[in-house]
Amino acid sequence: MGHLMLRLQNLTKTYKTGDQALKEIVLDVPRGQVLALIGPSGAGKSTMIRCINRLVEPTSGAVMLEDVDLTKLGFGALRRARREMGMIFQEYALVERLTVMENVLSGRLGYVGFWRSFLRRYPQSDVDEAFRLLDRVGLLHMADKRADELSGGQRQRVGICRALIQNPKLLLVDEPTASLDPKTSRQIMRLITELCHERGLAAIINIHDVALAQMFVPRVVGLRFGEIVYDGLPTGLTPDKLTEIYGEEDWEATIEKVDEEEDIEAAE
Amino acid sequence: MSHRELDDMLGKGWRKPAFVKNPALRWTLILGFVAYLIAAYMTIEVNWSRVYEGLDRGWAFVLAFTSPDFTSRWSDIWSGLVESIVMTVAASVVGIAISIPIGLGAARNIAPLPVYVICRGIVAVSRALQEIIVAILLVAIFGFGPLAGFLTLSFATIGFLSKLLAEDIESMDKVQAEAIKASGARWTQWINYGVQPQVMPRLVGLSMYRIDINFRESAILGLVGAGGIGATLNTAFDRYEYDTAAAILLIIIGIVMGLEYLSGVIRARVQ
Repeated sequence: MGHLMLRLQNLTKTYKTGDQALKEIVLDVPRGQVLALIGPSGAGKSTMIRCINRLVEPTSGAVMLEDVDLTKLGFGALRRARREMGMIFQEYALVERLTVMENVLSGRLGYVGFWRSFLRRYPQSDVDEAFRLLDRVGLLHMADKRADELSGGQRQRVGICRALIQNPKLLLVDEPTASLDPKTSRQIMRLITELCHERGLAAIINIHDVALAQMFVPRVVGLRFGEIVYDGLPTGLTPDKLTEIYGEEDWEATIEKVDEEEDIEAAE
Repeated sequence: MSHRELDDMLGKGWRKPAFVKNPALRWTLILGFVAYLIAAYMTIEVNWSRVYEGLDRGWAFVLAFTSPDFTSRWSDIWSGLVESIVMTVAASVVGIAISIPIGLGAARNIAPLPVYVICRGIVAVSRALQEIIVAILLVAIFGFGPLAGFLTLSFATIGFLSKLLAEDIESMDKVQAEAIKASGARWTQWINYGVQPQVMPRLVGLSMYRIDINFRESAILGLVGAGGIGATLNTAFDRYEYDTAAAILLIIIGIVMGLEYLSGVIRARVQ
């Protein structure tokens, strides 16, 4: 398992209603690799990410984070394992009535005791790291603002800081750009991928915007009805492949647009 | 095909579908309810001669408000008032402190089923027993005085606050709490960071409202011997001292309005 960060072995999730959200998923993610998970709504992207850190309990199969099977862990061990996995959410999921700094520091909750966190007396090293991360995403001056005063893009930056301050090995990213405008979406995707490279983090990014995924990641996995139907380079996503993932539609425009956008990126 | 359907529908009126589809059932329900209302009002007897006699007494009561007597029984009023305030503050603090853990336990989205059932049971018992009934029981056990009133109000606060707090927790934004859980937080930290900030404004608002209610209740509890300003008020009525009673009522109204204003200010600050 030396170079592997995460391995999903026959991961299956069947909801109580009988819906099979994930069917025997097999997936290897090497250290430091950033991959995008694409697919239509309801394909199981969100469920897959949540089954990894067990916000949703998988029905069967194994989730190996390095050499540990997360599905076998008891309550306390799971809590410690979750510290290794940073999560970034759709709609940011910041605690709105807490300050930016409290939100960022909440990423350290797995490491500090209850009273320290209750009294907001975090170790100086944590506070320094929070300041450094906020500075890195350009929000240092917002540290004491309340989270609900921020714009969408700013909130997602705070969400990124909260995930990174955990000092994770793996990032789980759920539709990070779902409610952002196109320009902010790109900035956020660029920030996430840059930070992953800086820190050598592996990441799984759920994203429904195919063009955006192609622009930023070296590997794309396509999910349909809970099964992997594509796994390869972003350039391999031909209209046929997209039809297989999403269903019948005219894909030429999407793909052409990507090429143009890449040119623009290169020009910048 | 669909054009034929559209052609059929064009020119026809449109009405919102009725809540009860069956017209016969719908009209039976409406007419039945009207008939019951008429019958119900007719069973309420009014003794007009008694009302006529009572008008004088009522008028004397109203007149007393124009000349409330704060002075002749001031020491009684003062001691009753102090007792009521002590009861209110003590019962509210104890009640709120106990309500918070019970409210957490009574929220289905954060408590395991056995805890949920027990906490909901406590809430149900507290809400089923009206304050006056509890006060009569507690006066029988502890004797006359503010101890019975204090315990009654604490008990009533638990039912009120736990239930509403639990409902607020159940309707919170799940994702904010999920994000805290995903960081590897302990349960207590999860409550402190993921749940508490979301329900805090409502908890503060409800607590202020409950303090207000507790003060008003403390005026009633005196009628059954549980101490406070109510006991003074009761004595004033027994002695037909309507001017003193009026003074007491004015004080109660003043304090309740003051609390109302204060709670408005505090709620605006914690928004």
